[in-house]
Amino acid sequence: MTKLTRRSFSALTLAAGAAAAFPARAADPLKVGFIYVGPVGDFGWSYQHDQGRLAIEQEFGDRVKTSFVESVPEGADAERVITQLARSGHKLIFTTSFGYMEPTLKVAKNFPDVMFEHATGYMRSDNVSTYAARFYEGRYVAGVLAGRLSKTNKVGYIGSIPIPEVIRGINAFTHSARKINPAIEVTPIWVNEWYNPGKEADAAKALIDQGADIILQHTDSPAPVQTAEERGVLCVGQASNMERFGPKSHMTAIVDHWAPYYIARTKAILDGTWASGDVWGGFDSGMVEMSPFNANLPEAVVAEAKAAQQAIHDGKLHPFSGPIKNQAGEITIADGATAPDGDLLGMNWYVEGVNGKVPG
Amino acid sequence: MIALERRPNTSRFWLYATPLLAVILTVLSGAILFTVLGFDPIEALTAYFISPLRDSYGLGELTIKATPLAIIAIGLAIGFRANVWNIGAEGQLTLGAITGGGLALLFYGAEGPWLPPLMLVGGMLGGAVWAAIPAFLRTRFNANEILVSLMLTYVAGLLLSYLVTGPWKDPMGFGFPRTRMFGEGALLPTLFAGSRMHIGFPIALATVAGAWFLIARSFIGFQIKVVGLTPPAAGYAGFSNKRIIWATLLCSGALAGLAGAIEVSGPIGQLTPSISPGYGFTAIIVAFLGRLHPLGILCAAMLMALSYIGGESAQIELGLPLAVTGVFQGMLLFFLLASDVLVHYRIRLRLTREAV
Repeated sequence: MTKLTRRSFSALTLAAGAAAAFPARAADPLKVGFIYVGPVGDFGWSYQHDQGRLAIEQEFGDRVKTSFVESVPEGADAERVITQLARSGHKLIFTTSFGYMEPTLKVAKNFPDVMFEHATGYMRSDNVSTYAARFYEGRYVAGVLAGRLSKTNKVGYIGSIPIPEVIRGINAFTHSARKINPAIEVTPIWVNEWYNPGKEADAAKALIDQGADIILQHTDSPAPVQTAEERGVLCVGQASNMERFGPKSHMTAIVDHWAPYYIARTKAILDGTWASGDVWGGFDSGMVEMSPFNANLPEAVVAEAKAAQQAIHDGKLHPFSGPIKNQAGEITIADGATAPDGDLLGMNWYVEGVNGKVPG
Repeated sequence: MIALERRPNTSRFWLYATPLLAVILTVLSGAILFTVLGFDPIEALTAYFISPLRDSYGLGELTIKATPLAIIAIGLAIGFRANVWNIGAEGQLTLGAITGGGLALLFYGAEGPWLPPLMLVGGMLGGAVWAAIPAFLRTRFNANEILVSLMLTYVAGLLLSYLVTGPWKDPMGFGFPRTRMFGEGALLPTLFAGSRMHIGFPIALATVAGAWFLIARSFIGFQIKVVGLTPPAAGYAGFSNKRIIWATLLCSGALAGLAGAIEVSGPIGQLTPSISPGYGFTAIIVAFLGRLHPLGILCAAMLMALSYIGGESAQIELGLPLAVTGVFQGMLLFFLLASDVLVHYRIRLRLTREAV
C-alpha cells in the first residue's frame, strides 16, 4: 500500500461511505468474500452463513460475485486468508467467527477501501462493522418447552466455549424454564469446542445417565440430537433445523438466519451507503427463527411457546426481565427491570437453577 | 501371485529422487482430478502452486506457515532416527506458547528488546519440560513414549484453556477466553515492510543448520544414528540408551516449544484457546516427507505450507472445495510411501504356485 493511496483513503473514510468512491467500477461485479470457521457441510453455524452468501447471489445476480474459504482455524491462518480475500479484489468481507476479531481489525487497517463485517465481536473501526443475533431469545422459547415437558426436572446443557454468548443462552433458558417449573435444574457440560461430534455425544450420554430428560446444545454437530433420539429423551437443535437427526426427540431448533442482514449490507455497498455500525438482531430482525415445532408435542405447550416467541418479537417480553436471582439467591436483576445490553454482552454469572460454576 | 521381494541393494539415487517423483505424480493425478471435477487443470494447478508464490507478500506468508512445521519436524526427526517416537509435539508447542506468552503478560508494559529472546527461551524450556515427562516415564518405568506424549497433548490444551478462561483472561475482554494483546515490544520483529514475515524464519534456517551439524558431525548425533539403526551395536559400544532418550525428547520438546513461542509472539500476538491448527501432528508427516534430513525437512515444510495456502487460493479463485487440499496431501503421502516400498522391494510375479 503506497502512502498516496493510504492518505487519500483515510480522507474518504472521513467523508463517510467510502464505497461511494468507486462508481467507475460499477460495471464489474462486486466481490463479496466469506471466511468460515467450520466446513460448510449440511447444517450448523458455517452452513447457515453460507446460506446467507447464496441469498446474496440470488438477490443480486451478476452484480455480485461471492467466494468463501471454509474451515479456517482461528489464529495465525485467519489473518492470511482475510488478507488474501482483500488482495484479490473483494470489497466486502464477512468474517464469521468470534476468533477472527483481531485478524479482521489488523487487515482492515491495511485495506481502508475494503469493508468488513465481523460476526459476534465487539471491536469496530471505520471499515469494520459487527453483527450478531440475539439467540438467547430462542433459548427463552426453548425454556418454555422444557418447563412444561421435563418429568425428571433435570436438563442437560452441552456448552461449547464459556463465552458470554453461551452463558447468556444457558441463563435465558434456565430462567424461562424455572418461571414455569421452579424445580428445574440445568447442568452444563463444557466440551471446549464448537464442533466435536464425539465429545458432544459423550456429554449428552453422561447428562442423560445423570437423569436429564431434555438436552440443550450450544455446539454445532447433530450428535447430541442423535444421542437423544437413541435414548428416548427430548432435545433442541442448534443453528439449523436438525429434525432429520431426531424425528421423535427434536422439539425445535434455534435457527440462524443471516440472509436479510447480508443482503442489506451488500446493497449498502452497491448503493454507496455502507457505514460502520453494530447490529444485534432478535426475532424481530429475522436473524433468529424457531424451526417448526415437533408434531408430537402437546398442542397447548406449543401454543405457549409460540406465544412467548410472539411476545418477544413484539417487544412485550424481555427474556431478562426481573426478578432474576443469581446462584447465591441474590436478586441480580430487580423486579420490573431488564438487563441492559451492556450487561448481557459481558454476562459471566449463572442464574439460580444452574449447577456448577462458570469456568475460569 | 504377486510377491514383494527385498532388493539386495537400495539405490541411493532413488532414495532421494522418490520425494520429487511423488510430487510430480501428485501434480499429474491432481490435473486428472481437476479435469474430472470440471475445472481447467492448468488454471487450477496455477491457483494451487503458482499464485501463492507470485509476490513477496505470498512468499512471506509461505515462510510464516512453514516455520513452525520445519522447526518441529527437525526436532522430531532427531528422535525418530533414534527410534524415540515423540508424537506429542502439539502439546509441547502449546506449553511453549504458554510459557513464552506468559512472559509477555508478566512483563506487560515493561517490554524491551530483551523480551522476545527471553520469550523464545522460555518457550523452549516449557516445551522441554513437557517432553521431560514422557522421557522420565520411559526411562524409569519403560512407559511407552508414544502414548504418554500423545495424551499430554490434551492435558496441555486443557491447561491453556484454563489459563485463558481463568487467571490470564483479558480483564477488558467482556469475558471472552483470551489474554490481552501482547505489547508491541513483545512481538517478533518483521523483516520487511508490508509483509508479516518475521524473524522466525531465519530461526528455522538456523535450526536446520544446527540439526545438520548435530546429526552429521557430532558424537551425540552418531550415537543417535547407531541406537536407531542397530540397538545391540550401540549397547556393545557402550552408548547409553537412556541418555539418548532424554536427549532426543528434550531436544524435540524444546524445538516444539520454540515453535509455540514463535507463533504467539509472531503472527498471533496473544494467547487464545487454540494456538496451532495441528502443526505438531502435521510436522510428523513433514519429518518423513523430508526423509528425516534437515534440508529435506525444510523443503517438505515449504511444500506442505504451499499446499495449505494453495488450497485457500484455489477456494477463493475457483471455488474448488477444501477437501481437494486433503486429497492432495493424501496423494502426496500415498505416492511417497508407495515409491518407498518400491525402492526397497521389487515386485515378483510368481507364475507357479508353490506347494504347501
